[in-house]
Amino acid sequence: MNGAHDMGGAHGFGPVQPEPNEPVFHAEWERRAFAITVAMGATREWNIDMSRFARENRSPTDYLSKSYYELWLSGLEQLATQRGLVSADEIAAGHARGKPRPVQRVLTAQDVDRVLSRGTAVARVPTAPARFKAGDRVRAKNLHPSAHTRLPRYVRGHVGTVERVHGCHVFPDSNATGTGENPQWLYAVGFDGRELWGPQGDPKLKVSVDAWEPYLEPA
Amino acid sequence: MSTEHTGNPHGHAHAHGSELSETELRVRALETILTEKGYVDPLALDRLVETYETKVGPRNGARVVARAWSSPEYLDWLRKDATAAIASMGFAGRQSEHMIALENTPKIHNMVVCTLCSCYPWAVLGLPPVWYKSAPYRSRAVADPRGVLHEFGVKLPEETEIRVWDSTAEVRYLVVPMRPAGTDGWSEEKLATLVTRDSMIGTGLPKSPRDVS
Repeated sequence: MNGAHDMGGAHGFGPVQPEPNEPVFHAEWERRAFAITVAMGATREWNIDMSRFARENRSPTDYLSKSYYELWLSGLEQLATQRGLVSADEIAAGHARGKPRPVQRVLTAQDVDRVLSRGTAVARVPTAPARFKAGDRVRAKNLHPSAHTRLPRYVRGHVGTVERVHGCHVFPDSNATGTGENPQWLYAVGFDGRELWGPQGDPKLKVSVDAWEPYLEPA
Repeated sequence: MSTEHTGNPHGHAHAHGSELSETELRVRALETILTEKGYVDPLALDRLVETYETKVGPRNGARVVARAWSSPEYLDWLRKDATAAIASMGFAGRQSEHMIALENTPKIHNMVVCTLCSCYPWAVLGLPPVWYKSAPYRSRAVADPRGVLHEFGVKLPEETEIRVWDSTAEVRYLVVPMRPAGTDGWSEEKLATLVTRDSMIGTGLPKSPRDVS
């Protein structure tokens, strides 16, 4: 979706403000929002692409008015409610009212280290040869899907060069909608600064994005 | 639950310590419901927080960089299969399943961003700082990286090429900064003290040997 989350090249947000000696979390509620989000991911009721879409799929005003972990909280509330794990009544009451339904897995304390260190690999065995190779000139398609996508607006329509072939990876546009992993070849595609930003672009800049094959066409 | 302030521009500060913000109440409600229904284990939640507050952080990445500076064989492995080379040091998994190491050279400076959300190599750098997830960084890193670097106090020669890597997939990037001069004969352990978090994102440079005694 063309949402406020797709920020590359936007103006007006001001300078970057690094915080010296920044703590990992800035409040107890951030710790809890982080932990319940990661723990609920382990239930396999949704995947990472669904989580990302739940956070970004809101009005620009809403997205930009929330802090990072407020977006995580809103995304989690939405997914848990949509899946019927939690009801709006329960959220209002602050307590469970109905009976739980079974989930695939509940993350236990003993499992945390193992689950985190294993991660969730998304590389898959390819079923077709890669269409592009390193050095190929490609154009990012001018696509504007209303659902989840990982092709940022600032590269759409622009021509770049394939720099790396990463392999065949789960395709977020499909995975986010629950229509399957639909693995696709993934490439690092480099774009010159002036191709993206015109004559104002830095002549010594190159920007790479990781783009799945359906995002690309030969140029 | 503590009532400390959020430290972010959208947090809701309160005059009375006993009063919880709307956000704090919502988090507490959700955690309570999920726990009561048995979907989450409170001990697992504590363990998750403890892991990223005390165990997994940029010291991991610093050890990887220090080894790459010390061992040509390790650097070569990092170039060919960063995921395996990094996993060999015990750093693997969540948000680092597919790693690529980016070497800075006198001609090329690498910098990493996620313009769409907050993708970041957790196993080597821990959880991302607020600025990395913020609109100013996400909007400008790809269009005006030199301006962003300036805000970090980094000024590169004009002729240095800047390579920005937007983490739009599940591939995670770790910048390997250039080894500072004057460190001949240093142990890996000592070298690691020069490697800052920002130098592995590309918004900073390693410390100088003068900075660590």
